[in-house]
Amino acid sequence: MLEKNPVIFIILAFVVIMIGTTITMIAPFKWINSDSDKIAEVKPYTPLQQEGRDLYMREGCNNCHSQTVRTLAADVERYGNGGGYSKSGEFVYDRPHLWGSRRTGPDLARIGLKPLTPAWHKKHMENPQSVVPASNMPSYAFLNQPLDTTYSERKMKLLKFPYTQADLDELKGKSEMDAIIAYMRKLGTDIPVKNAGAAVQAPVAQSNPYTDLKAVEEEAKAIYKQQCASCHGEKREGTLGPALKGSTKSETDLFKIISQGSTANGMPAFSSSLDEQKIWKLVTYIKLDTK
Amino acid sequence: MKASTRYVDDSVKGFITWSIIWGTIAVVVGIVISLQLAWPQLNVAPYLTYGRLRPIHTNAGIFGWGIGSFIAMFFYITQRLTKTPLWSPKLARVTLWIFNVAIASAAVTLAMGINRTKEYAELEWPLAIVVAILWVLFSINVFMTILKRKEEQMYISLWYIMAALVGVTVLYVVNNLGMPLHLFKSYSAFAGTNDANVQWWYGHNAVAMVLTVPPLAIFYYFLPKITNNPIYSHRMGIIAFWSLIFMYLWTGAHHLLWTPVPDWIQTVAMAFSIMLIAPSWGAVMNGYLTMNGQWEKMKSNYLVKFMIVGITFYGLQTLQGPMQAVRSFSAFIHYTDWVPGHVHMGTMGWVSMILFGATYYVTTTLSDTEIYSIKLANAHFWLVLVGQLIYSITMWIAGVQQGSMLLATNPDGTLHYSFMETMIAIFPYYKIRAISGFIYLAGLALFIYNIYKTFQKGAESSVAKA
Repeated sequence: MLEKNPVIFIILAFVVIMIGTTITMIAPFKWINSDSDKIAEVKPYTPLQQEGRDLYMREGCNNCHSQTVRTLAADVERYGNGGGYSKSGEFVYDRPHLWGSRRTGPDLARIGLKPLTPAWHKKHMENPQSVVPASNMPSYAFLNQPLDTTYSERKMKLLKFPYTQADLDELKGKSEMDAIIAYMRKLGTDIPVKNAGAAVQAPVAQSNPYTDLKAVEEEAKAIYKQQCASCHGEKREGTLGPALKGSTKSETDLFKIISQGSTANGMPAFSSSLDEQKIWKLVTYIKLDTK
Repeated sequence: MKASTRYVDDSVKGFITWSIIWGTIAVVVGIVISLQLAWPQLNVAPYLTYGRLRPIHTNAGIFGWGIGSFIAMFFYITQRLTKTPLWSPKLARVTLWIFNVAIASAAVTLAMGINRTKEYAELEWPLAIVVAILWVLFSINVFMTILKRKEEQMYISLWYIMAALVGVTVLYVVNNLGMPLHLFKSYSAFAGTNDANVQWWYGHNAVAMVLTVPPLAIFYYFLPKITNNPIYSHRMGIIAFWSLIFMYLWTGAHHLLWTPVPDWIQTVAMAFSIMLIAPSWGAVMNGYLTMNGQWEKMKSNYLVKFMIVGITFYGLQTLQGPMQAVRSFSAFIHYTDWVPGHVHMGTMGWVSMILFGATYYVTTTLSDTEIYSIKLANAHFWLVLVGQLIYSITMWIAGVQQGSMLLATNPDGTLHYSFMETMIAIFPYYKIRAISGFIYLAGLALFIYNIYKTFQKGAESSVAKA
């Protein structure tokens, strides 16, 4: 019968396909994005951030950047930026999700937690190789054009995100670059950061415990390369940030600037991403010419 | 009077022609983006940047080359297996027009950055609707032909064809549900983790219903035709068929291992992925055993080569896939170039090899003549085989190397390599990969020339006969 009646066959095939579909795709709607995985601190996007997200989609950034920190130690260490692995409740406002499938560039789920200033982002977007010399990311200098805000308010309504007139006013005079940077700086920041403050609360040594440069040079150089070189240059010659070679600042001043940052100069605070010892090692490294 | 005259094959020829054109574009764009990964200055902003071109590559490949040639083959096979002319040749011609308009518009809108970002479902809602209509019109045509058939028995290929018709419709419609903002922009109907789960239910079953079930239908039809041997076991084919379409739908979340998707969904996906080895190898063994006692045809018949090497890659693909679906291995290679290596063995090796063989066969049948040059067909075979192997093998090596570097930690738990160091290590492989693309393209050029010449030869001889 089955082999002779295409109508019955096609109904049967449909039923067979729907079994796995119902259990693994339809049923989970009951649990996912429900109260059980809700995170109170997670906020929807502002109009500017949502515009940035739409530009991220337009440019297909998801083809090279993922947005999920897996529950693997190396993932958390590399991309967690202190926020840990990704949780379901963080994505409830993401339509669509932008988790991606290939990391030709680093994961961006918690890029907002990284101490990167808007100026750094702008420079990196315009000319990625000026910040990360070996990078194979294309230049996105063309984002320096006025942001189209025609649909900004309608987007908020469609997505049922709350917004104020001030949020809409924020869009005035903004470029596409501003919007995508605003989105970058929001990513992953809603989650309470665990190790923040740990370094701040610890008793701060009044003077540099690492007087012997040779003992710490290798480690300090690695930290410098990872955290500082993109703004201060591989050889401390200064690019986006000032040159550090031959710095005349005292060691305690340097420690303070690295740990607390300097908002006026666009220098981010590193107290949440580097512990006290690492900061002192950096200070030693920066002052290496004067020793 | 030749036997094929009672069948309506103009649309078969139309779809073959256009699918080859879109397939060539897919390969060319693939080469361009592979070069861009090695030399970022080749990104011509904004329309020709990697982020905009990659979806054009995948869409032209899957929808243009894949779906286009499956439609051609389904029209061809269905008529012959039912001993019935196509239900509506007019509808078939309309389908070809819609197909070309849809794929061309897809390329243009994707270059403009109109993009839903969900992989293999990037097209914005008006175009997605066009694609859905296209598929339904095509399905009705094939299904009505089967309903009105003169041959009562339904051969296994027809089962696979009908399953693909239903499967693709369900998957495509659900994953494209959205809330339109305006004509060129919509937001997904699902949010966050739900959206990811729906996407990979779709994504992996697009692999099932588009890149597995149709080529299997084609393989089951053409292998016996080419070898003059009946298929080894119809019953094994049937068992493999039902278990394949049952198991596949559970496996989508193996694309989401270690992510916030609930653990039990990941575990179920992992288990079903491994179980899938059985039905997949059911088809592979059916192919091998059909060849029993005739293996010398691998030497003497160029079409057998395409079919058997194709099904062999299917066998390798369906061993490697389940391996990647295991949590521990996924942790190692997911997000690295291992995965493109895997995917391209499936697309360039398995699916395209079967389609090349089938296209040669159909072209000679429709032209009622021999192939223009067996020598060229053999050269084509070796070039695409070598190109594909270089591609996949370099990407597997790159994936293993980058994967191990990304996971390497120092004794104190800190990371041993920066992200950039892991990229610098694999850049040389990107250059080799680009070369493999050129080799594959050279093979494709021989294929196109041979097909063109064969059609021309057919047209000349039919004029001479008249």
